[in-house]
Amino acid sequence: MSLSDAEWTAVRLSLRVATVAMLSSLPVALLVAIALARGRFWGKSALNGLVHMPLILPPVVTGFVLLLLFGRRGPIGAFLAEHLGLVFSFRWTGAALACAVMGFPLMVRSIRLSIETVDRKLEHAAATLGASPGWVFLTVTLPLILPGIVAGMILSFAKAMGEFGATITFVSNIPGETQTISAAIYTFTQVPGGDAGAMRLTIISIIVSMAALMLSEVLAAAAARRTVAA
Amino acid sequence: MRLEVEARHRIGSFTIDAAFGSEGGVTALFGRSGSGKTSLVNIIAGLLRADTGRIVLDGDVIADSARGVFAPVHRRRFGYVFQEARLFPHLSVRRNLAYGRWFAGASESASEFGRIVEMLGIGHLLDRRPSTLSGGERQRVAVGRALLASPRLLLMDEPLAALDEARKAEILPYLERLRDETRIPIVYVSHSVAEVARLADRVVVLDDGRVKAAGDVSAVLSQPAATLAIDRREAGALIDGTVEDQDKLHELTLVRAGSCIIRVPHLVAQPGQNLRLYIAARDVMLATRRPEAISALNVLEGTISDLSPMQQGSVDVRVNCGGNIIVARITTLSREALGLEAGKSVHAIIKTIALDY
Repeated sequence: MSLSDAEWTAVRLSLRVATVAMLSSLPVALLVAIALARGRFWGKSALNGLVHMPLILPPVVTGFVLLLLFGRRGPIGAFLAEHLGLVFSFRWTGAALACAVMGFPLMVRSIRLSIETVDRKLEHAAATLGASPGWVFLTVTLPLILPGIVAGMILSFAKAMGEFGATITFVSNIPGETQTISAAIYTFTQVPGGDAGAMRLTIISIIVSMAALMLSEVLAAAAARRTVAA
Repeated sequence: MRLEVEARHRIGSFTIDAAFGSEGGVTALFGRSGSGKTSLVNIIAGLLRADTGRIVLDGDVIADSARGVFAPVHRRRFGYVFQEARLFPHLSVRRNLAYGRWFAGASESASEFGRIVEMLGIGHLLDRRPSTLSGGERQRVAVGRALLASPRLLLMDEPLAALDEARKAEILPYLERLRDETRIPIVYVSHSVAEVARLADRVVVLDDGRVKAAGDVSAVLSQPAATLAIDRREAGALIDGTVEDQDKLHELTLVRAGSCIIRVPHLVAQPGQNLRLYIAARDVMLATRRPEAISALNVLEGTISDLSPMQQGSVDVRVNCGGNIIVARITTLSREALGLEAGKSVHAIIKTIALDY
């Protein structure tokens, strides 16, 4: 089984888009997860709903909303293009943004659950030993939720590898720029004789997704073991 | 060393309104569960912020609601040993022990580490994970971790409550060494009279969030059970003794109190060490003649000093045995059958096993 250049480009682009989407959403997801797990503030359930939106909305709707907000003439898109030179529409960065948004609820859920299982008594114990709140987070909370964070990252990565609807709506299907594996498979199925290419990319897609899910399971189990207070 | 605590705090319908002082040594906060002991200790530690109150240690105002002073937990340097050990599961025993040292600054030397590890007998556990330790080992590591943070005050919230009898007997000697070998004042929460009798210098009796009695341990614990706010079941007498000898073969410790020798289970202390015993009244039998062929090891001869009025079919008989007052709870039927009255000489019989902790 050997891939054509165009297919390789799609695989490489998918990996790059998924990696960037995963890494750039991590800091935001961590903060939101902490706020949802520990915070008590007005509008918490609204934030929770907003975070979960991409999970429930049809991906096409999410893609269209992104187009409205982050497109060239969208309020956020225009601002970023003008001040930071960051353009999303019809670029691979846009694909990464769409994937980050779609994977965001999965990452937040995973991190939030691991924060909720951390025994706060351990954090109190650390404080009585002289650790300030910042140090307590770095030396106790963070190590204990690390497996949850990694599991969330893997889920987000896997989601990004499979993203199709929001991406194609937001940044279209441009070979070499926004044509990820999913988009490439879709294109193959639309032309006569494209079945072999679609099959090759399908197998790669299955392997990557399966590996990510299994790794996530292992890490989630490790997280459960480590956060049991002794 | 002088610690002053004053706190008023409402938790739902429960109110804590307590004040006490300590001049160092071990101060026991004593009372039945739900009397507010743990909340009071959490207020001292800073884990709970009292509605109003003051905490002063050696003239250093730690918290004062009137002046809006409240030092956060991590700046107080009050060691805290919790009921459950609360060791960090992701760190080895060695790194658990070193955790607080780092925040306390480099003042703690390596020899201090070795000394505390040796005192608690945890040297062989250093490279283990907390999840592989027994309950008793975990609690010893937790004590070491608190000590190595060089605390100004050590708070202990029923550190033995979650352990079985054998583990308690294993840890108590270490706590006694801690009391005798370090100069750190200790506030020790307990609902066990025996534990308080053995460890504390002073007792503060809490009942329903209020201080019911406070003072020297022997003075407070010899008061009637009603004053102590303890179960009538737990009433008894306190004996001050010195370890005379150890019977290594039978794992017994011989304690001299006045002219009596009392045998206590386990090798709990070295000869010459002072040991306070609490003998519950329900564990003491009385006989008018010296019993023979009996398994109980402690048969003390004495004279009845007085009898309490009857309560629920039983009386408490106070017997003076060689300068010690021992209380025996017997039924009124037994009192009549044996014709017990003040001035009569009797033998008080105490099973050694009943003196286990």
